[in-house]
Amino acid sequence: MTDDTIRRVLDAHGKLRVPASGLDADADLYAAGMSSHASVNVMLALEDAFEVEFPDELLTKQTFCTIAAISAAIGTLAAVPA
Amino acid sequence: MSAQATVAEAPVLERADQAARVAAAHADEVDAAARFPAESIAALAQARLLGVSAPIELGGEGLPLAALVGIAAVLGAACASTAMIFAMHHGQVLSLTRHLGGSPALARLASRIAREQLLLASATTEAGIGGDVRSSTCHVECQGDRVRLKKNAPVISYGEHADLVLVTARRDADAAPGDQVLLACDRADLDLEPTGGWDTLGLRGTASRGYLLSAETDADRILPVPYDEISTHTMLPASHILWAGAWLGMARSAVDTARRYVRDAAKRSIGTQPAGATALVGLVSQLEALELSVADAARDFDAHREDPAALEAVGFRVRMNTLKVTASEAVARIAAEALRITGIAGFRNDGPYSVARVFRDAQGAALMVHNDRITAQTAQLLLVQKGTEPKERA
Repeated sequence: MTDDTIRRVLDAHGKLRVPASGLDADADLYAAGMSSHASVNVMLALEDAFEVEFPDELLTKQTFCTIAAISAAIGTLAAVPA
Repeated sequence: MSAQATVAEAPVLERADQAARVAAAHADEVDAAARFPAESIAALAQARLLGVSAPIELGGEGLPLAALVGIAAVLGAACASTAMIFAMHHGQVLSLTRHLGGSPALARLASRIAREQLLLASATTEAGIGGDVRSSTCHVECQGDRVRLKKNAPVISYGEHADLVLVTARRDADAAPGDQVLLACDRADLDLEPTGGWDTLGLRGTASRGYLLSAETDADRILPVPYDEISTHTMLPASHILWAGAWLGMARSAVDTARRYVRDAAKRSIGTQPAGATALVGLVSQLEALELSVADAARDFDAHREDPAALEAVGFRVRMNTLKVTASEAVARIAAEALRITGIAGFRNDGPYSVARVFRDAQGAALMVHNDRITAQTAQLLLVQKGTEPKERA
């Protein structure tokens, strides 16, 4: 469910070379073509979709590196609502 | 007793956050009603933040200005009036505790500040002297061990809510206008007859009404040090730095609102940079400059606080004056640009992107001790300054 939403966001804003549905949860999104510019839009769309805010300390390359990492990050945010 | 100790041991910014939450909750209503923020000041006392600038031997925490401006900024982001009261209060606490002149009576008085979390105000302006706080027409009248004073004070911020008021006056009936002393008056020894209200554009919670002040108290409440020295060594530099700390917090809140506005706009049109995005860059860099200048001035004072020659140096005095002018201009400019970015949403008095209150509050910064007056004094100082020494880094 979470991963489906993340894949939808990635398809819309990640500028990936392949559809996100074809990517494993631990596939490197940057290797799949996501630029750092695109990752900002992915972050904004994720915040909107999950109604969370990524704190500054989570705004690292690692957080947005894989679908699993994004999912884990959102998991921690949902656990501690802002 | 143990609860108090726990509060005092908590990191000071955590205590500031606690008080700021209370201040934020009441800020709109305090502004609308133009009333003293009683809840926020009670929260400051609860968090033991009214005595933190007093030295440890007087029961305080001896916090340096660098820490005090941090608190003022946290409060400033929540409620400008509360932050300005905090800043003015500690300017007075430092003026008293740093200039006891060895007087046991004044030391006893000063030791009550932290213990009882007293609120200090000042009555330095006087009707008919054109706003020049370094000159008085009123004078203290000593009779035996008692002293009497009457002063027509056009502004005493939160005067009737203070526990102690520090009042300037000429030394005696024959003294020159600039030969001033500072008298520390308990609220109980004061009669304050209001001469005006406080219905203003901004900073509406500081309750800076005018009063006919009459005081009768013990003569040993006159600080043994000339006011000229207190002003140069403490009241002026500490006040300017602390006010600037409050303004910094106001600027932060304006920038945060503008940032939130731009981010939320970006979420509605992902992939397209929203209208205010580039303007926000300029705003953030202005805030950064203000952060640095306030922190640097505070460190400068802290490094030289026990060095009279450094505090009296022309270069230091110029710097403390220009800090007040540039910081007050910066907060007004930052608030205005935050308004431009947030547009009608910022212009509103309500809603999540309102910058209306901080915009109004920011206008007060340049006017409380008018920048034009300070600039004129600075120009005079520059006439005697021979050159710019490279500043020693603290």
